[in-house]
Amino acid sequence: MPLLLNRLPPGPHYGLLAEFATPGDLYHACERVRDAGFTRWDAHTPFPVHGLEGAMGLRRSPLPWIVLGTGLTGAALGFGLQWWVHASAYPLVISGKPYFSWPAFIPITFELGVLFAALGAVFAMLGLNRLPMHYHPLFRSKVFERVTDDAFFISIESWDPRFDPSATSQLLQSLGARNVELLES
Amino acid sequence: MAQTEAELLDNPVAGQPTLILRSPDFHAITDVVAGAVERTTPLGWWLFFLPAVALLGLLGAAVAWLFWEGIGVWGLNIPVGWAWDITNFVFWVGIGHAGTLISAILFLFRQRWRTSINRAAEAMTIFAVMCALLFPGIHVGRVWLAYWLAPIPNQMGVWPNFRSPLLWDVFAVSVYGTVSVLFWYVGLIPDLATMRDRSTTRTRRFAYGLFALGWRGSVRSWHHYESAYLVLAALATPLVLSVHSVVSMDFAVSLLPGWHTTIFPPYFVAGAIFSGFAMVLTLMVICRTAFRLEHIITLRHFDYMAKIILVTGTMVGYSYATEFFTAWFSGNPYEAFTFMNRALGPYAWAYWTMITCNVVSPQVFWFKKARTSIPILFVMSIIINIGMWFERFVIIVTSLHRDFLPSAWGYFRPTIWDISCLLGSFGLFFTMFCLFVRFLPMVATAEVKTVLPQADPHWPAAPERQTRDHGIVVNPAPEGVS
Repeated sequence: MPLLLNRLPPGPHYGLLAEFATPGDLYHACERVRDAGFTRWDAHTPFPVHGLEGAMGLRRSPLPWIVLGTGLTGAALGFGLQWWVHASAYPLVISGKPYFSWPAFIPITFELGVLFAALGAVFAMLGLNRLPMHYHPLFRSKVFERVTDDAFFISIESWDPRFDPSATSQLLQSLGARNVELLES
Repeated sequence: MAQTEAELLDNPVAGQPTLILRSPDFHAITDVVAGAVERTTPLGWWLFFLPAVALLGLLGAAVAWLFWEGIGVWGLNIPVGWAWDITNFVFWVGIGHAGTLISAILFLFRQRWRTSINRAAEAMTIFAVMCALLFPGIHVGRVWLAYWLAPIPNQMGVWPNFRSPLLWDVFAVSVYGTVSVLFWYVGLIPDLATMRDRSTTRTRRFAYGLFALGWRGSVRSWHHYESAYLVLAALATPLVLSVHSVVSMDFAVSLLPGWHTTIFPPYFVAGAIFSGFAMVLTLMVICRTAFRLEHIITLRHFDYMAKIILVTGTMVGYSYATEFFTAWFSGNPYEAFTFMNRALGPYAWAYWTMITCNVVSPQVFWFKKARTSIPILFVMSIIINIGMWFERFVIIVTSLHRDFLPSAWGYFRPTIWDISCLLGSFGLFFTMFCLFVRFLPMVATAEVKTVLPQADPHWPAAPERQTRDHGIVVNPAPEGVS
């Protein structure tokens, strides 16, 4: 799947949005939605709720591996630059040291490794989350504005194979949802 | 008063202190933090902002005159070739260390109290690094050639000397600045989304929405976000320790008595944390009162910060003593002379100012009464920052002013332009900080909400799920969890 493409369900409906009162209610509802076999769904919280990724059955984030890659790239580039400059491009005897005096190259190698790793972490986070995405069907919902304040939601998208507007809505209500809303795409 | 309230609310079972007082709900946290940005500009803000902008103007004038006339407008001259410019640089880089310490190292150590102060401390870090980067930039003399510091291919075919600690410094401070901005911005994204969703005008919605990047609080997003935050903290931790170590190598790698010591890297890092926490104290004491955040930034937070100041201040004092011991034990007459000259020579007034401010005065923090008294904390934070500025002045100027040939000895006096640059850098710092508290949420609300007891999905919402036994709250096993 293309990493940066906007992936939204086709058709007239985006899916169902259900609000829950507390992190605990949301946690238990997520476990049930996960166990019911839904795949194209999400939960939304104002802050990271501890353990919710387990209740949703999410796999570990691949982000640290990306960061390892970019960090090592940065360190290699930094070391390579210094090596090339001092041993090949512009060889000068400084303080009687050999051209390839590698211990003196360590600080900048470290700094560039950290720089590339940090940039990698931020851009990998944005890429994996498909951000920036300034338009999204969820923003059509008025109650969803409170997701960044004190409200907890589950959204189930309409292209989930198990999605059925009325049955899924009933499932969410049986899990303790305060109100369930069908959103247009 | 508030302290006893906090102690009463401590959870004896989990053994965790109550960090946020008055048991607010999630919305109350959002309201108090976002409300401070949304309401009309308070008069008190102008009282800080206008003097800061005036000082910033002074900086502009001082720098413009420096560029026009040259480095000679400052008081430095051989033998004191580095003076207030580098003193100010090291001072500001040091201030910039507390932000990343709070956001990265305390995060890795799971110090949950950091959430109340990390946003403002990170902002402070960025503005301090901006002030710091200014000074090496303007002290190079021909400032239009400052790009020679960067490894840019050029028509002369020359490259910078990567073996020089001065170049390590360019990389260390600029990488530190960049990573601090990234860390701060990543932390801001959820709160910018809060500002977007609360906004009542189109301009606000557009401006905050643009930088919130369409954040929807999705748990799939939080999952990657938390991973990225942890990785950034793990990267920033060695980085913050490396930056001031590299700054110290600007001195330690030289062969000058007074600079050429192996204790410099840890000594500088301890001093940086010491001064940085003092600046956090100065700013937080004002902000918590001005923006009514006394229940979020509590006396407990100040108590913890004062303890860190006591520890790092004592480490700094130990380093001062070690330098003297080494000067004596080395048997090197030049080394011994430099240190005797520091304590008893023409700059003895600066040396003893430093000792009084950095070693003697922080001892008051052995007492809890001092650690939880706002006036004492505020005065101490100012004293420590004066002391830490003098520490850098003492290290730089007293080591230089009497070099090996007595005929070349001198005495540095600052000119009006030295003073203008220092005052002006405070103008830059406080202008940026005033703009920050005016337009951005100064407390990381999404993080503060996670330390509230009701943020735990297994927190018993209904009172019947608690059983009270001798006043101790016992949490039953959470239901539905295997």
